[in-house]
Amino acid sequence: MPLKQTLILAQLYPEQMNIYGDRGNIIALAQRCAWRGISLKVIPVDVDTDIAWETCDLAFFGGGQDSGQALVANDFLKKQGAKLGNALEDGLVMLAICGGYQLLGHYFLTHDGQRLPGLGILDVHTIGGKKRLIGNCVVSGALEKPEKQHALPFVGFENHSGRTYHGPKVRPLGQVLVGYGDNAEDRKAGAVYRNIIGCYLHGPLLPKNPQLADHLILQALRRKYDASVTLSPLDDTLELQAQQTMVKRLGC
Amino acid sequence: MMKFRSFLALGLGKSVQILTQKLNLGGGTNLPGTLARLVDPNLLSTLTATLPQGVILLTGTNGKTTTTRMLANLLRSNGSQVLHNQAGANLITGLTATILAASPFFGPLHAEIGLFETDEAALPQAILETKPRLVVIHNLFRDQLDRYGEVDTLAKHWKKALMLLPATSHVILNADDPAVAYLGEGLTAQVTYYGVDDSRHATNSTDHIADSQFCRCCGQHYTYSLTFYSHIGHYHCPNCGHSRPTPQVKLTRLDLRGTASSQLLITYPEGTLEIELPLPGLYNAVNALAAATVGFVLGAKPALIQEILAAFKAAFGRIERIQTPEGQPILIALIKNPVGASETIRMLTSGITEKQQKIALLLIINDKIADGTDVSWLWDAAFEPLTAYLAEVIVSGTRAEDMAVRLKYAGVASEQIKVEPKIAKAVAKALKMTPAGETLAILPTYTAMLELRAELAERGWVQPFWEDGL
Repeated sequence: MPLKQTLILAQLYPEQMNIYGDRGNIIALAQRCAWRGISLKVIPVDVDTDIAWETCDLAFFGGGQDSGQALVANDFLKKQGAKLGNALEDGLVMLAICGGYQLLGHYFLTHDGQRLPGLGILDVHTIGGKKRLIGNCVVSGALEKPEKQHALPFVGFENHSGRTYHGPKVRPLGQVLVGYGDNAEDRKAGAVYRNIIGCYLHGPLLPKNPQLADHLILQALRRKYDASVTLSPLDDTLELQAQQTMVKRLGC
Repeated sequence: MMKFRSFLALGLGKSVQILTQKLNLGGGTNLPGTLARLVDPNLLSTLTATLPQGVILLTGTNGKTTTTRMLANLLRSNGSQVLHNQAGANLITGLTATILAASPFFGPLHAEIGLFETDEAALPQAILETKPRLVVIHNLFRDQLDRYGEVDTLAKHWKKALMLLPATSHVILNADDPAVAYLGEGLTAQVTYYGVDDSRHATNSTDHIADSQFCRCCGQHYTYSLTFYSHIGHYHCPNCGHSRPTPQVKLTRLDLRGTASSQLLITYPEGTLEIELPLPGLYNAVNALAAATVGFVLGAKPALIQEILAAFKAAFGRIERIQTPEGQPILIALIKNPVGASETIRMLTSGITEKQQKIALLLIINDKIADGTDVSWLWDAAFEPLTAYLAEVIVSGTRAEDMAVRLKYAGVASEQIKVEPKIAKAVAKALKMTPAGETLAILPTYTAMLELRAELAERGWVQPFWEDGL
């Protein structure tokens, strides 16, 4: 009888960065682990929390209101920045959505010219725009090392005014088929570097894109235990039905 | 004397209004207002200025329709001729259309006082144009972020508009909502607060969907001595001392009677008032508290407030009970955002006394413009308490599949979830699933509720919505 697999997920600033149902991503990860007998422990990282990043297997950073983001940005960079950066370079698996995604990049240039620094672990930068980019979105699946199901497109809902531009050190998560994507210009949606995925997709992202949820879980298990770990399959009929209904509605 | 431009606008708007009604194009609640405002952008301002008893505006994320209807009944029985946008057209164009409908081509308005349920985003403009004598702000939760933007931004716009009100105006605010209570500071207008004092309705947990949990003055995390739901409760800032204002009108005691009714004890500066409210749930009690507060401020007799609230019937779909010709009871309760949905679910489950008892449930989720095109909010609502009470659940609407996934991750087994996007078919299936004599609970989003209503009207079980209450 193998030992029960355990994963630790650090959720950054759950009180301030919890807009647009992003906690659905945590629910999705927790349930998909539970259904497989994997225990997922969620640790909230609030302002001024000490956390040993080297003991974490997953990290999640959601979007927030502007006021919430301003409150946490300083703490994030000063308190967590260096240690989290090291853990991410070391392969910590992370999903960052919207505001969380922006804060992992080099900087955010607001539309009135203020330059707000980010962690800079992702080679992207964001420029504030006037018009918000809002709507349903379909992105082609482009995760590297595609196991068969990664070829599925994924769906989400974007709602952001920042335009995020990629540098050479990240690769896009996928290509926008319908919607705006990171900047409404180059059809890139989301950025990937090491085991970090950053993107603008709410919806929330993981429940209706189970292939992405499993990708994160699998990466975390392989990093922690053994590169040969596999995931037992789940019945994803309802999830894929929801995903495909939107894909079809948007004419892909 | 009315300007020529206003007269033209009035004529055009009214003609379109009459035409849409004659041609049976549905409610026709916004179009006449939109057209009339193109001809005369000041029309709402011009017309409301002729109301002898002025204008009352009421806004908030949840409860505005119910509370405004309570007030309409109160004002009417207090002897006023009330102009009320009861079909729910609460944008600036809807307010304009409502007053157009009451304006004859010539001569004075057929109303003395304007009572407008006002869309959250439309409130600043409505304040500017109608110069209200009284503004009620009930609560502020996340709702349709794709349309309204963030709640903090909305609160800033409200504050700016309220600052313009003169000392003769009155602002009535919910003391338990920090984002709303804060609006009362530094106003020229008079301010009255209402709030809940019955600590038995507090929950112990802080809520993940609490939006306004940070001090409005210094940004520190509020400490709550009581949390009723979301960020509604008794709060103070440990850093700067900013705290919940002491309300003048308090819900001192509330006894809930399941999904049927509730008993309220309200304390106001001159005494106490006992009310038998024929509506369930804490949130409806707070709606009644807000309506009673307006009543006190306007000088209505306490006995009248008591009588009107005891006889209250909710608006279509808010909390509506109907019966099929076969005697099958149906309970319809609108859900449209996370806090409202969580509270409705709390109301459904709190009425259950036996563990084995099941809830027959149909959820209808649409993502049309009026619902909000982003259904992410389903993940901020607490559906988890339902799982213990579901045998089978039917999900419908344009986002039936999203609801199915949400229920699955809340812990409902996939086999128990039936997806039927078409509303008519879903209603038929849900009725079939419901054991004889048991109540079928239907929770629709806004446009789903309108479609449901049309479907039930087709069957002859209810009236079409625009005839409601007329």
